[in-house]
Amino acid sequence: MSRKVLLIEDEPNITEAIRFLLTREGWNVETHAEGGNAVEAILAARPDLVILDVMLPGKSGMDVLRELREHEEMQALPVLMLTARGQSRDREMAEKAGVSRFMTKPFSNTEVLTAVRDLHAQASRT
Amino acid sequence: MRDTLTGSRIRERRLISGLKQAQLARQVGISASYLNLIEHNRRRIGGKLLVDIASALSVEPSVLTQGVEATLIAALREAAADAVGQEAEVDALDEFAGRFPGWAGVLAQMHRRVVSLERTVETLSDRLTHDPHLAASMHEVLSTAAAIRSTAAILAEPGELDAQWRDRFHRNLHQDAERLAESSKALVAYLDESESPGDRRGLPAEEVEAFLERRGYSLPELESGQDVSEVVHSGLTSPASRAVAEQVLAQYAADARVMPLTELRAALDDCGLDPLHLAARFSVDLPTVLRRLAFLPEGILQRPAGLAVCDSSGSILFFKPVPGFTMPRHGEACPLWPVFSALTRPLVPIRRRVTQLGRTAAEFECFAIAWPQPVTEIGREPVYRSVMLVLPIEDSKGAGASEVEVGTSCRICPKSRCDARREPSILSEGF
Repeated sequence: MSRKVLLIEDEPNITEAIRFLLTREGWNVETHAEGGNAVEAILAARPDLVILDVMLPGKSGMDVLRELREHEEMQALPVLMLTARGQSRDREMAEKAGVSRFMTKPFSNTEVLTAVRDLHAQASRT
Repeated sequence: MRDTLTGSRIRERRLISGLKQAQLARQVGISASYLNLIEHNRRRIGGKLLVDIASALSVEPSVLTQGVEATLIAALREAAADAVGQEAEVDALDEFAGRFPGWAGVLAQMHRRVVSLERTVETLSDRLTHDPHLAASMHEVLSTAAAIRSTAAILAEPGELDAQWRDRFHRNLHQDAERLAESSKALVAYLDESESPGDRRGLPAEEVEAFLERRGYSLPELESGQDVSEVVHSGLTSPASRAVAEQVLAQYAADARVMPLTELRAALDDCGLDPLHLAARFSVDLPTVLRRLAFLPEGILQRPAGLAVCDSSGSILFFKPVPGFTMPRHGEACPLWPVFSALTRPLVPIRRRVTQLGRTAAEFECFAIAWPQPVTEIGREPVYRSVMLVLPIEDSKGAGASEVEVGTSCRICPKSRCDARREPSILSEGF
């Protein structure tokens, strides 16, 4: 069964590029561009990994992550967070919310791919 | 690839100059038929003849030997060097630029945009924390930059890309470039508005510094003893900036009185730019000398002089930039600058060779000293200030290694191992 990633990002061209990269790596990529119902989308899609932007319409990625971690079955789900804000307090906030990896924009494709591979490998071992 | 077209470039330049083949040949002492062979790339050219032809055509020899491809290759090389976690085939740069000049141009252009964007981030990061509107604008710009970087990297990958995807990415790149141009313009417009009088983000000290910059950091009327308040009222509008200017210009006038321009010029001719020697010669303290050297008419010193003055909290009270020397205003500066180190040993002069890290590292010779302000009551603790004179080192390659490497602020500093680091850099990889 192919691995599934849910990419929650409201910037369509970032979505397009990441979708291309991960599809090429054998991932089944689903996308979602809204924060308001992002938790429902994750619960419905049951992905192996989530890539989550912080600044989303409707609800911030931080709030989405906090709500997601309240679901017991979602506590171990790998979440890679993307943000334009790289300050230490943003990282701390993301860590407290339960992020698995935090990445600042503009990121390189290699960084994204490496993070996705690492997170998936870690999750597969546990 | 590059060497074989030198003759064509000579021909192109000759035609632009309006010279006949025979005229140019005569000027450089060769026959017209030999020049003809060169121009048709049938004879190799180099050495003195190349230099002579370049001189006759009023261009640098490199323009003839390397042409515009050199600029493209250099831009691609820079893009490769700046890539994080992605190793480019630098050996194949010529081949890449030769086979895909269009895509190479796009990649170089995108890299220039990213570089320009990073500079914008550097300039604005100091204000970012304090301004949510600016933060939102920067998010827009950085998200677009992320899309451009990611898309351009896919297009630059070796090997064939499916035509449908290639066209789609090409379209996205175009859209993002347009969007980046628009969001950058919007950002500039927003910042321009912030320059309006009474704006909440304009600091009085910045207004005073802008006034002095307009005057070239030299005020002949103060040198000749004119009253400070007249100068202040003629150049500044807000009450806060006038109050700050009163202090700065009163200090300027006091320094000029004890180190008059004529005598100072003679002293510099006699003993060069030696602050301690000057202090002894004029019987003044070192802070006076350092401040005075930063407020001189152009041409008196051989090189430009920057200045930073701070108090013991690290707040910058006055800042005069020189190319490559930057320092954030809001207390997030690198503590390794000598102006801050001097505060740990008041009255001890410091001389340090400093490299400011960044995309283009700049090297400086810095003199700094901290000194106590006069106290108005017995038993009251003095307030300390520190001053640093910053002199660019032009011939940095020939001189010794720098003693200190400093950044602008941690957030945008590329130095990974640093005892003074307060927070991770946004230029480094995610944890």
